[in-house]
Amino acid sequence: MEIPYTVEARPDTGLFNAKVGIWLFLASEVMLFGALFSSYVLLRVGALEWPHGLLNVPIGTLNTLVLITSSITVVMAWASLKLGDFAKFKLFQGCTVLLALTFVTIKSYEYHDKFTHYYVRLADGKELTGHIAGSPMNWTLATLTDPHHPIKEIVFHPEEAKEAGAGAAGPMTIATAQIKKLESFGPWHSTYLAIYFTLTALHALHVIGGAVVIGYLWGPGSKLWKTDPERLTNRVEVAGLFWHFVDLVWIFLFPVLYLL
Amino acid sequence: MHAESAADIKEATRKYVYVFVALLLGTLITVLASYIPWGNREINIAVALAIATVKAALVAGFFMHLISERKMIYGILGATAFFFAGLMGLIIYSNADELSTLFK
Repeated sequence: MEIPYTVEARPDTGLFNAKVGIWLFLASEVMLFGALFSSYVLLRVGALEWPHGLLNVPIGTLNTLVLITSSITVVMAWASLKLGDFAKFKLFQGCTVLLALTFVTIKSYEYHDKFTHYYVRLADGKELTGHIAGSPMNWTLATLTDPHHPIKEIVFHPEEAKEAGAGAAGPMTIATAQIKKLESFGPWHSTYLAIYFTLTALHALHVIGGAVVIGYLWGPGSKLWKTDPERLTNRVEVAGLFWHFVDLVWIFLFPVLYLL
Repeated sequence: MHAESAADIKEATRKYVYVFVALLLGTLITVLASYIPWGNREINIAVALAIATVKAALVAGFFMHLISERKMIYGILGATAFFFAGLMGLIIYSNADELSTLFK
């Protein structure tokens, strides 16, 4: 059985079916991200303090530029098919996949940076933030006191001492017995980081999903050009609409999480 | 988008480049504006969100072809905008409610 209205428009909607479908899906996506954005607003206005400067703005800006560039390459890929230029389609679609992978790679680097960034509270009440020598990921006090592999001390590179007068210091050796709390800057560390990881991880999943579809249309899916070029063009348009939505969400996420 | 002729598509690709440049500039302006001490953090937030809204409108209007779409799509988006506004409106309303201050 042939699927109807994959190329020609339905008389009642004036659109091919997949286009109505993707817009209905995007409507549900608006509400999904809307729920999380409204959670952000509630958490922020209810917080006694909201951290600033925890994220690397130049890297966030670079990632924004990467995503914006991928948005024009994906629309250019569609326009190339409309003009019958398959070679240019392959070029632009391939660039989109590479840019998507670049975005995810940069995001992974940012996540790694957070999971190797530590908060330490010592027995005397002193609080420190910084990095443990060797940049281990996501250690806790339980890691140091593991009965099978106990770690007696850590070499810590503090970036600042929160206690007044402690000042910035060089590398310091801290005995495990002196540590009362040790945690990385993961989602458990603060409300801000919890909403940061929730929003950006959900967005990154969308980037990965979109990249898989766009990559398929660039590779095996592009064979459709020989048998049904209009249908391939419509598929590329629908995938592109999803990709622009992913870009659109990031346009709001970037200032909200990195700058404000 | 239903402009299907080759000339229309070529004209559209020229607009995509302009929009792309505007988005790049918008991003840089957003970053620079966030460092300007307006005297009130709420002004920084308003400026950043205003620029983001303009950028989002450019993406939706040109890259997603919403400036020349069918009524059906506008209908879907109108319903979405209604519920999204309701969602945000209820959040703001609940925060303005006197009861919320009891827990602060």
